[in-house]
Amino acid sequence: MRKYITKRLIMLVPVLLGVSIIVFAVMRAFTADPAASILGQHATSAQIAELRNKLGLNDPIYVQYWNYFKGMIRGDLGTSLFTQTKVTDELLGRFPATAELAISAIIFASIFGVLVGVISAVKKNTALDYAGMFGALIGVSIPIFWLGIMLIILFGVILGWLPVSGRLDILMTPPKITGFLLIDTLITGNIDMFFDALAHLVLPTVALGMYSTAIIARMTRSSVLETLQQDYIRTAWAKGLAEKAVVIRHALRNALIPVATVIGLQLGSLLGGAVLTETVFAWPGIGKYTVDAITKSDYPVVQGAVLLVAFIFVTVNLVVDVLYAFLDPRIKYS
Amino acid sequence: MSDSIKKSSPAADAWHVLKQSKSAMLGLIIIVFLFLLALGGKLILPHDPYIGSMAENFQPPSAAHWMGTDELGRDILSRIIDGTRISLRVGIVSVLAALVVGTALGATAAYYGKRVDMIIMRFMDMMLAIPDILLAIAIMAALGPGIDKAIIAISFVTIPQYARIVRGCVLSVKESDYIAAARLVGNKDWRIIARHILPNVASAIIVRSTLGISSAILDAAALGFLGLGVQPPYAEWGTMLGSGRLYIFNAPYIVVFPGLAITITVLAFNLFGDGLRDALDPKGKIR
Repeated sequence: MRKYITKRLIMLVPVLLGVSIIVFAVMRAFTADPAASILGQHATSAQIAELRNKLGLNDPIYVQYWNYFKGMIRGDLGTSLFTQTKVTDELLGRFPATAELAISAIIFASIFGVLVGVISAVKKNTALDYAGMFGALIGVSIPIFWLGIMLIILFGVILGWLPVSGRLDILMTPPKITGFLLIDTLITGNIDMFFDALAHLVLPTVALGMYSTAIIARMTRSSVLETLQQDYIRTAWAKGLAEKAVVIRHALRNALIPVATVIGLQLGSLLGGAVLTETVFAWPGIGKYTVDAITKSDYPVVQGAVLLVAFIFVTVNLVVDVLYAFLDPRIKYS
Repeated sequence: MSDSIKKSSPAADAWHVLKQSKSAMLGLIIIVFLFLLALGGKLILPHDPYIGSMAENFQPPSAAHWMGTDELGRDILSRIIDGTRISLRVGIVSVLAALVVGTALGATAAYYGKRVDMIIMRFMDMMLAIPDILLAIAIMAALGPGIDKAIIAISFVTIPQYARIVRGCVLSVKESDYIAAARLVGNKDWRIIARHILPNVASAIIVRSTLGISSAILDAAALGFLGLGVQPPYAEWGTMLGSGRLYIFNAPYIVVFPGLAITITVLAFNLFGDGLRDALDPKGKIR
């Protein structure tokens, strides 16, 4: 097991290196002259040339990459072209907001996805099953950002039940410990602020988690259905066990193994969806920061953000693979 | 009896199964309707989708404007009809492009194996390490906005999906006797791949592509929404949502209908794609 994990960790290195090359190449090969966009329309060509020189944009592309690479292994992702702040600091500062949203969305999706999937499987070919699976189909078809806007209109504008933008009431100053508002407010015992943060989290969580909920529900349904046909389930029925015991104790435990993988994979893709959700809900995380940077062609920021997300994505997938081995002792890794 | 035996072909069999599925047929009917709208929509446009009058802006749905008017007084229904063409084009062209490149890469990797396989597939793994929409956003940020660029970005990020499927399928048929026979009679590699291997993996590719169209339409809408895809005044549904978002507090209908159009279109391709999968590729059912 330890050998397998070590091997996987070593394999991470070329993948991340490759990702950094792809992202670097994409950003540099096509981006319009960043020097020109920083200086604006009224800059003279001499000013642009000077800035290009200062930013190292006149060096050959491999020299530029090498310089970037040297910084990257020290954890330095460059400097924002506009705010002159360190990209790494900006990203790490915003990471907890994105992580809190993504974790909250995956918890929501896991609970509701498994619930809908199990009910659909147990009540196969009934109205309940059809409703659940039709809902899941809508869930994979609806654009995240539109769902977000519809939730804002319904719960924010029409009903006025929930806040629709940001992480916290603007008049509240959050404690800064971990950056995870729910945790920080609990540690400091600030219950009002905790519930305010929780209320802000509800709509973005539903919007971001809906797609994953649907995928998990579909996967759970087919996995439970398959498990219910196994011989040991027939034995469990034959022993005269109640339906609840058969489904929960015998079928679900085995059926959830493939579901666990899907949940892990969804956590990665949520990071992509977070870009859209954060834009809709003005959620101050990495996604919104990236979109704002794109409109200003602040390429070190875009580059750093994509790299960070890819890094998290790959790491999460590794963790899922390892957890998989604990869940299912039949899987042998070498 | 003899009639049915004569008629039986893989395509006819699949159609027979597909016909039984009500949801797949519903998807197909919607898709046909959307294609008709895309091709002949211009003939039935109630108003000009690009010219409105400021005197008529922000009108809620009425008899004259079934879906209301937008911030520039343009008829939303006309814009949605016109947008059908753009969304279908982005969806289909980007899938076709990704399919061609992905199939070529996947087939090459599987057929030649060893180092070729390793280099191609490691590259695909690296691309898969970046969430699709994020890589598409990065490419659009670099390329600049526009419909053709959106197609390039979306097809580029989805290439690995097709490469992987084709590689897997080719690997499974590569060692068959009929391929060895084709080689023995002196066929060239590319001819064996094109004539003997690819037709055998076609069903998996068709299923993936149909479902791929729905995700391509979603991605294109997302890019448009972020202001990176198709640019105004073009009536791309995502772009309409992006510019209409500013007015949700006083004119929510501006964002309701374009989103509905995206959802219905994506739903139709998902319904049809799921049905196709059951008909063509029963093994692929549990993904």
